[in-house]
Amino acid sequence: MAKKPKNKRRDFLQLSTVTLGAVGTAAFIWPFLKSMSPAEDTLAAGSTEVDISAIEEGQSITIKWRGKPVFIKKRTKDEIDAAKMVQASDLRDPQDDADRVQKEEWLVLVGVCTHLGCVPLGQKVSDMKGEYDGWYCPCHGSHYDTSGRIRKGPAPKNLDVPPYTFLNDNTIKIG
Amino acid sequence: MDKNRKVHQFKNPVLNWIEFRLPIISYFKKEYGDYPMPKNCNYFWSFGALATITLVTMIVSGIFLAMNYTPHTDMAFDSVERIMRDVNYGWLMRYIHSNGAAFFFIIVYIHIVRAMYFGSYKYPRELNWILGVFIFLLMMATSFLGYTLPWGQMSYWGATVITNLFSAIPFIGEGLKTWLLGDYNVGNATLNRFFALHYVLPFVIFGVVGLHVAAVHVHGSNNPDGIDIKTNNDSVNFFPYMLIKDTVAMCAFGVAISAVIFFGPNLMAEVDNYIPADPLVTPAHIVPNWYLAPFYAILRAVPDKLGGVLLMFGAIVILFVLPWLDRSKVRSCNYRPIYKWFMMGFFVNFFALGYVGMLPAEGLYLLIARVGLLYYFGFFFIITPFVGWIEKPSKLPLSISDVYAKNIATNIGGGEKGIPSPAMQKDTNL
Repeated sequence: MAKKPKNKRRDFLQLSTVTLGAVGTAAFIWPFLKSMSPAEDTLAAGSTEVDISAIEEGQSITIKWRGKPVFIKKRTKDEIDAAKMVQASDLRDPQDDADRVQKEEWLVLVGVCTHLGCVPLGQKVSDMKGEYDGWYCPCHGSHYDTSGRIRKGPAPKNLDVPPYTFLNDNTIKIG
Repeated sequence: MDKNRKVHQFKNPVLNWIEFRLPIISYFKKEYGDYPMPKNCNYFWSFGALATITLVTMIVSGIFLAMNYTPHTDMAFDSVERIMRDVNYGWLMRYIHSNGAAFFFIIVYIHIVRAMYFGSYKYPRELNWILGVFIFLLMMATSFLGYTLPWGQMSYWGATVITNLFSAIPFIGEGLKTWLLGDYNVGNATLNRFFALHYVLPFVIFGVVGLHVAAVHVHGSNNPDGIDIKTNNDSVNFFPYMLIKDTVAMCAFGVAISAVIFFGPNLMAEVDNYIPADPLVTPAHIVPNWYLAPFYAILRAVPDKLGGVLLMFGAIVILFVLPWLDRSKVRSCNYRPIYKWFMMGFFVNFFALGYVGMLPAEGLYLLIARVGLLYYFGFFFIITPFVGWIEKPSKLPLSISDVYAKNIATNIGGGEKGIPSPAMQKDTNL
């Protein structure tokens, strides 16, 4: 029985040493893991201003924002009507057209398919636009409508709308 | 240290000097000299050696490529073109490396087919199988990382699609993807780290291969009849017999890979990868490397993002538990009259999945991919456990020598079961 307190003391020392070692190792690993996250300069990648005065109705341009393609489309009357007619509740990712635009003729989208990140077709006149006349992703066959909403295919979500503001009638600032 | 330790004695005093300090000579003699190989092993058993040789070739050619490669988005594509045009024998290094990767997968697939058909994954070699599947996973990761490096259109979009698989994971997916990329999309940070990881993973593979070989040497190699070595009569020493046999296989392999490297170096390459990466334009068809296509077909066969990703990874993970799904104690499919055909069906099905994985996912191709997906998982979850339960295996030979005795007896027109074979008589004499 006389040995017991001594053992307890040794157990405590062993346990606390191993614990400290484990915590220390974890603390040592953290900076290495964190170094793989986007660096400060990557995070600071700024905003882009775009002159939209030359875009005709029905035309769409692609610009680069934070390394990603952004689609800016001046929609026709028919396209706007087609987008508005849809019941949001019927959609996979329910959203009204009005919630996706600031001015209804201007549709601004991140041109990255929400399935596996390809750039959908539909920017050029000759492109396939899919069954809903918006965009079509050639990689795995997702169809987007004239509001950039997912209608058919494997993609789970609508095309993202980036943060943007109209500086004036002819300029959009994205980011 | 135990002073009574028995030290092997060799004729060469230099070897003795080393052996006394580090018993590595006796280790190599035991593992690669006297190591008993079942004497009925056919050329399927040379593919492990071929895979090792290919791994070394890949590491060596890769190191020399790295001396001239620049992992930066602005310079990667051009530095690869410089390797092809200006660096002395650079074209050869690159074609060895790119075709070597394809041949590495051909060899490893044959090696896996061998292990599955002849039941090498069963007791007592389960851990060996698990290490093998782990090597296969590491190989797929390494080849994917390496394919990104030339920074062509397929490199860029392949990397984009595969890293986006992680974004399918609920809640943490997007964050995990960003962390893996070091950016919000595939960019310079991604290319840099992919290069670093592509350089280091082959050495990890090399280490696991060491464990894989050490593990198989514990219980010895399996063989086409799937029965254990019982006497010395059943085996031959690795040196010189199997070393010579493996060398013959290596020569044949050398002819095959040289034919491709020198006469069709781009047979297995995608044309689009000779277009520099463009983040704004996706190629019409993103095609994976053919050796990953069966898994890509499974991904696309499922009309749900998370479901497709889970089944694709599941198709690989399921391999880990194969030794426990198979309830039959008989190893070799040569003695399993029913399972044999399902096994062959599995190989054909895998091939078909690979074929449709390279084609657009629509119409008939999509249907084939879905049927293939059902058979793939049905094979593991239903056929393998069930057939092992109902099947009556054919009679196993008494020993490996007995197989030969029977063959000889049949050839001279005898082969009655009552007549004891010469080999069996010999065994009793031992």
